[in-house]
Amino acid sequence: MATATGIHHRTYRAELRLRHTKAEWARLAIIVVLLLVVPYLLNTYWLGIANSILIAVIGAVGLNILVGFTGQISLGQGGFLAVGAYTSAIASTRLGLPVPVAVIVAVFVTAGIGALFGLPALRLKGLYLAIATLASQEIIMFVVRRWGFLTEDKGYIEVPRFGFIERETFEIQWYWILLPITFLAVLMARNVFRSSLGRSFMAVRDQDIAAEAIGVNITRAKVTAFALSSGFVGLSGALSAYYTETVTWERFTLDVSVLYLAMIIVGGLGSIAGSVYGAIFMMLLPALLTELGDQVGDSIPFLSDQLPAIKNALFGAAIITFLLIEPRGLDRIWTRVKDYVRFWPFRY
Amino acid sequence: MSTFLLLAVYGLADGAILALAALGFVLIYKATRVINFAQGEFLLVGAYTFYTAFVLFDLPWILASLVGVLFAIVLGVVVERFVLRPLVGETAISVIMVTIGLSAVLKAVVQMFFGTSVREQPKILPTGSVEFFGATVPVNRLLVILIASAVLLAFTIFFRRSRHGIAMRAVADDQQAALTMGISVRQVFAMAWALAAVSALIAGVLLADLSAVEQSIAAFGLIVFPVVILGGLDSVPGTIVGGLTIGLLKQFVSGYMDPGLAEVVPYIVLVAILLVRPYGIFGETRIERV
Repeated sequence: MATATGIHHRTYRAELRLRHTKAEWARLAIIVVLLLVVPYLLNTYWLGIANSILIAVIGAVGLNILVGFTGQISLGQGGFLAVGAYTSAIASTRLGLPVPVAVIVAVFVTAGIGALFGLPALRLKGLYLAIATLASQEIIMFVVRRWGFLTEDKGYIEVPRFGFIERETFEIQWYWILLPITFLAVLMARNVFRSSLGRSFMAVRDQDIAAEAIGVNITRAKVTAFALSSGFVGLSGALSAYYTETVTWERFTLDVSVLYLAMIIVGGLGSIAGSVYGAIFMMLLPALLTELGDQVGDSIPFLSDQLPAIKNALFGAAIITFLLIEPRGLDRIWTRVKDYVRFWPFRY
Repeated sequence: MSTFLLLAVYGLADGAILALAALGFVLIYKATRVINFAQGEFLLVGAYTFYTAFVLFDLPWILASLVGVLFAIVLGVVVERFVLRPLVGETAISVIMVTIGLSAVLKAVVQMFFGTSVREQPKILPTGSVEFFGATVPVNRLLVILIASAVLLAFTIFFRRSRHGIAMRAVADDQQAALTMGISVRQVFAMAWALAAVSALIAGVLLADLSAVEQSIAAFGLIVFPVVILGGLDSVPGTIVGGLTIGLLKQFVSGYMDPGLAEVVPYIVLVAILLVRPYGIFGETRIERV
């Protein structure tokens, strides 16, 4: 356990470590064991939700790189997810590329398109940038809806299931595919912010003029942030294409962009762990409400009748509540709980 | 020629409603520097309050409008006091997200009370049509243009002449200077939200009269962004120019080219304007270089 006087580093190497204390290693071990045991404890329905969470985590981490760490507000998440999904689906079904190659192609294409739509960020800030990315969302949506050749005029793309996936064990096999990919993606994102690139992102967020003065190339940092973030988002979109086996534009609307923003707000802006907590929270909330509706639906008919509306209301209420009460999200709440336990019975 | 005229009238009517919706948006931005993503939901709530008073409670339309205005004022003030005021001085992302959260809540509340089905409302405006240079133009569109112009004129006079209007302009210009002159900035903030809700109510009721009372009214809130960016985020005359331009553009593209393209054209204009002249036609230019 860490001593109550704090954590002291003697070398820079020690300070740069991902985990500093034995307690943190113990926590990691518990999480790893849990993640490995989970598929054997959950039924198919909840395993499906776990898989959606794993995909969402990658997307949320990507968005947090841009919004939380670089301070560039983006409402174009849904559009970039669409780019990833459509690219990988087209690359593997029409061009006949093997799936891993198609996913990698999707990641790079989305990164490129993200960088392109990030160009307005060089001139615009804050609110104006948010509106510009809103436009990019609408334009990408228009393209995927109206350019018939993308879907061969069907309006959707069907993605064949992988040969080795069986019907009965669909969810559990996908869990084992998604878990390592998500784990690596999160680890990579965590490591980016130990490098000079990641630090330059944070410098741009905190004080762009000062960052420029100490030699951070703002143009490069902003465009790289858009590309890197979109790369993660593209990966998430590509995985969702194979997991859900159909690609339609309805799954990438502005509501999706808002959902992902809500994830990182609730989880904690500028925190990789926060993106994970937020994705879990936002994906579990509707599922738990559905469960609640099933449980008490007979005794309180209002609840089951109005379930969709209640879900939306609680979604909005969650965003507002977190912003008003704990703007730094679940990640900060977790830190506070840890501190409370560590210093108990003292307040600080 | 007749198609052109018809499209022009439709476009102007759409544009007039857009200008009203954008007016509320600009009021809020000018006074409080908040971007209101819930503007479309204000239209929605306005349309449904009027519907409740007019159809469900069977009030005459004048009384129903009065009820609507009162409700809009209360809604605006409550939202400002309990949702936006705690966030004064927070970053742009927090403010944007809180209004997005608000829009989700407002929409869900409307859904809870009224469901998602389309509600029929007896038309308030006459539905006939007039011959006009060889084109058959619906009367209600013309009236919508007139009403919206009257409301916009009233708002303009309010800003020019009345004490409160001048106070609002002072706060928009410089909050600290306004404070030292004895203007209550809090009051002005509350008033900005209340007025925005009222102008959204008028826009919502007009829109509902042209089509129907339904959830999709809220979608109008998004086209407000191209309008305000075109006109300038903090410019009242800009909303009129922007609203009419976008309204006409949408109708012409939809009439002469492709209705699907009409949905996205406003956003292409938006990006173009942002790249060339980010502060819009009439917006106040703020220079900051890195």
